[in-house]
Amino acid sequence: MNKAPSFSEKTKLAELIADNPKLLQVLPRFGIGLGFGDHNVAEVCKANNVSVKLFLLVCSVCFDADNLPHQADFDSIDMDGLLPYLLASHRYYLDERFPHIEEHLQHIIIAGGPKYGNMLSHFYNEYKQEVEKHFKYEEEEVFPYIEALRRGDCGKGYRIEQFRHNHSNIEDALEDMNSILIKYLPGDILPKERIEIAMDIMELSADLVSHSLIEEHVLIPYVESLENALP
Amino acid sequence: MTNRIIICEPSEIVANGLSETINGMAGFAVVQRVDTPDRLSEKILAVDANILIVNPILLGFSERNLPSQLIKEYPHLTVIAMVTTYMEEQVLKQYNGIIELNDSKLKIINKLNQIVQTDDKTEKNDDVELSKREIDVLVAVAKGMMNKEIADRMNISIHTVISHRKNITRKTGIKSVSGLTVYALLNNLIDETEVYK
Repeated sequence: MNKAPSFSEKTKLAELIADNPKLLQVLPRFGIGLGFGDHNVAEVCKANNVSVKLFLLVCSVCFDADNLPHQADFDSIDMDGLLPYLLASHRYYLDERFPHIEEHLQHIIIAGGPKYGNMLSHFYNEYKQEVEKHFKYEEEEVFPYIEALRRGDCGKGYRIEQFRHNHSNIEDALEDMNSILIKYLPGDILPKERIEIAMDIMELSADLVSHSLIEEHVLIPYVESLENALP
Repeated sequence: MTNRIIICEPSEIVANGLSETINGMAGFAVVQRVDTPDRLSEKILAVDANILIVNPILLGFSERNLPSQLIKEYPHLTVIAMVTTYMEEQVLKQYNGIIELNDSKLKIINKLNQIVQTDDKTEKNDDVELSKREIDVLVAVAKGMMNKEIADRMNISIHTVISHRKNITRKTGIKSVSGLTVYALLNNLIDETEVYK
């Protein structure tokens, strides 16, 4: 069993990053820039108008998936920054990570010739459509509902329970893509580029897992508590 | 790895006592209890059990070879007899081990641990070769068929289809349908024209 998190608002942000390099990707999504010197988490959050408690909550989910928060933990947390954080993550995946992977994948598709290239490009295109659909549903249906709910508007029949049910898994197919790149394509097709992109995919897939955990263990219970408070 | 046990025993008292005893042991868990041997093979697959404890009195003449058939069908399965009344030695020979009604807790623990260790079947559980049935399911999945359709076509229950799919994923490491399609293509199990229209 895990003990209490080994970090707090008094921890120096730079030290926290040294222990958990993933945090570097989290910072821009909160609008926190680099160059924060030796300031601690609370100071950096304050300077950037980020809720310290929310920041620590996201960190704890990202760093330690075995120790997910309990509902009671975040009743007192200022959640204003949560949706912007999730949206910024979507943008990072769609505008930066996927295009980067796609660029390398194109080389492998070409080098793979008709036999391997076709199936790889089919696989990737299908996957990309699925991811876009996944994010679009969240951005166009779920998030606006939550925003309305936060304003006290109880929405028309939609409940977050539906989201919990429909929340599709987009990490599995990405891991499968890695299995294909690592295990199943013949070894002589651009091995160096494949290794590089496989590392990138592993990182992205871990990031997507954290992202889902935040949606399922922070966002959904939070919205449920809003729904329960409705008259 | 926890050993997953299915108990097939008609007596509530015996089944309860056995579950109680086993669930208190490290490394063993009773995942299902049934009181008839009907569709036992499917149930073993469905809960992914690696140990079956069955009372031989449940197996009539026509089912007398069920233990050896099951062992043949599931190479990783250990079948233990729960003996509550006198049984011919001939009958008990096909089981991997026996538990008797008057066995002490310690004796049951020792027997189970011993049986599991000598068989060491958990290792074989990691084999990567897909079975013929699994390949059929894989091909159907790759062609875009739904579980219900596959079940109807192959004349098995949806539960069984799902179990086959779990095993396919365990053996290949591939979870998504599109990933399984690529796997089937790369292994020449299907033709490109069958999936990409």
